Amino acid sequence: MTVSQYNQTILFDDTPLSLDCGAELSPITVAFETYGTLNLDRSNAVLICHALTGDQYVANPHPTTGKPGWWSRLVGPGKIIDTEKYYVICSNVLGSCLGTTGPSSINPTTGKEWGLDFPVITIRDMVKVQAELIRQLGIETLFAVIGGSMGGMQVLEWLCNYPERLTSAVALATTARHTAQNIAFHEVGRQAIMADANWNGGQYYQVEKSPNKGLSVARMTAHITYLSEDALTRKFGRNLQERDKITFGFDADFQVESYLRHQGMTFVDRFDANSYLYITRAMDYLDIAARYNNRLAEAFQRAAHVRCCVISFTSDWLYPTVENKNIVHALNASGVPVSFAEIESPHGHDSFLLDLPEMDKMISGFLNSCARSAGLRAI
Amino acid sequence: MKQQDSKPLRPDLAMIADMITPNSRVLDIGCDQGDLLNYLVTNKSVDGRGIELSQKGVNQCVANGLFVIQGDADNDLGEYPDQSFDFVVLSRTLQAVKNPQVVLNELLRIGKQAIITIPNFGQWRVRLNLLLNGRMPVTKTLNKTWYNTDNIHFCTILDLFDLIEQDGYIIEKFTPYSKNGRQTHKAKTYANFMADHALFLLRKS
Repeated sequence: MTVSQYNQTILFDDTPLSLDCGAELSPITVAFETYGTLNLDRSNAVLICHALTGDQYVANPHPTTGKPGWWSRLVGPGKIIDTEKYYVICSNVLGSCLGTTGPSSINPTTGKEWGLDFPVITIRDMVKVQAELIRQLGIETLFAVIGGSMGGMQVLEWLCNYPERLTSAVALATTARHTAQNIAFHEVGRQAIMADANWNGGQYYQVEKSPNKGLSVARMTAHITYLSEDALTRKFGRNLQERDKITFGFDADFQVESYLRHQGMTFVDRFDANSYLYITRAMDYLDIAARYNNRLAEAFQRAAHVRCCVISFTSDWLYPTVENKNIVHALNASGVPVSFAEIESPHGHDSFLLDLPEMDKMISGFLNSCARSAGLRAI
Repeated sequence: MKQQDSKPLRPDLAMIADMITPNSRVLDIGCDQGDLLNYLVTNKSVDGRGIELSQKGVNQCVANGLFVIQGDADNDLGEYPDQSFDFVVLSRTLQAVKNPQVVLNELLRIGKQAIITIPNFGQWRVRLNLLLNGRMPVTKTLNKTWYNTDNIHFCTILDLFDLIEQDGYIIEKFTPYSKNGRQTHKAKTYANFMADHALFLLRKS
């Protein structure tokens, strides 16, 4: 993978970014993709925030896997997030590994990859980088910031930290804080990576071997949390994998095992193990209310002008409806205009990435009404 | 949008709309497809919010630029701050909630005034129906059988008067009306016998 394949810009070159952990970072390279055209009054920009293992290729094919963009169902010409109407921006988050500065980038002071010397980052740090990117692109106010899962966490940080730069916000399948169970699952993933001998304390970039086994197990665990028991049962049940009977061994007898192994194995081709450690840590550290006297409503007090939409899914047990409703209640208590729906879906947390007509109707209805009320001009 | 605006309001919703002062903050609980809120936002410049259980209703409201939360009166009122709305509307829903007394108190905690409409179980056709048939009445207004009706806490106009009095709220306005929206005589006992529905505008003492 060569770095030059990404659209990149360098930020925080003169003034370093002060991170939540106290460290300073400079410069920061940000890889991003844009779709559509910025209109004359620069009022049609939509920032899409990606999830944990997502990337900037929201509507373009992924350069490594060749697969269509992760939300190409929703983003594109004539689609719900219409690139003929909006200027869509999606950037790779701080700490990730698709062209934005992260633990696999070169530490300018040593000339080698950062590894574990990379400072621990937070969701708010990611959003600070996005805000600077948007500023550099000459955009004062975003028409919308949209994201699901960890992308939704970024939407919430935008609402807390840069409400004056937002017109509307859409958060899907998300939470304002990681629960003990959320942290527990991430810890299993991290321990799997660190237990891989190839991880080598995070210094594996100079050698042939990467902690692929560990990263693969981390992905397998996480993947279970993105689905639902019902979805797994309907998809696989106890079906056997290319065999008539169980083998009394530890091969992938069951289809579900084979599926998970495949998920793990293909994941390591496109993701860096250290990035996985850093980004899961950032999510674990998220507890927005803790910064506001444990009152989430206080976090949104400057956002009363931002039109918000929050969506949860019935079968999502990772960030269930109750967590999304906490956000809605806090927005309401701060006088922020917010719509909320719990969409019926059997697919678990990953629902927000899937084809759900009721979700589509909600998002398109919301964005269109916001565009009308903002008097958004055509390009 | 245009079509939505020009559609005449259902008579009982029009009665509610008349009571709401321009530029006020309104919460409509069980707002359905948002007809009342839409009317109020367009014609009275209110800051309107809704609560609605059905996905279809929520989507319709959101598409019309309204702010609606999917939920219901039993579960979703607790988080609203005290006196955060000028008017809270609960139309044809009090009889369908799990705990009407708690909901009534919540309405007047959240809202400076509450507008409630109920189907009147004391109306003469209902009484006659029960008297003659000996079975739970099924009428045009109360058109479901006992085992599949959403209405789990039937009350009459007099019953609601009692509860309001007991909890110490003040009735600013009382309007009994027939099923086509025509107002009937306001004497309590007479209204309890004649009216299909009744509207109450309440405030705290």
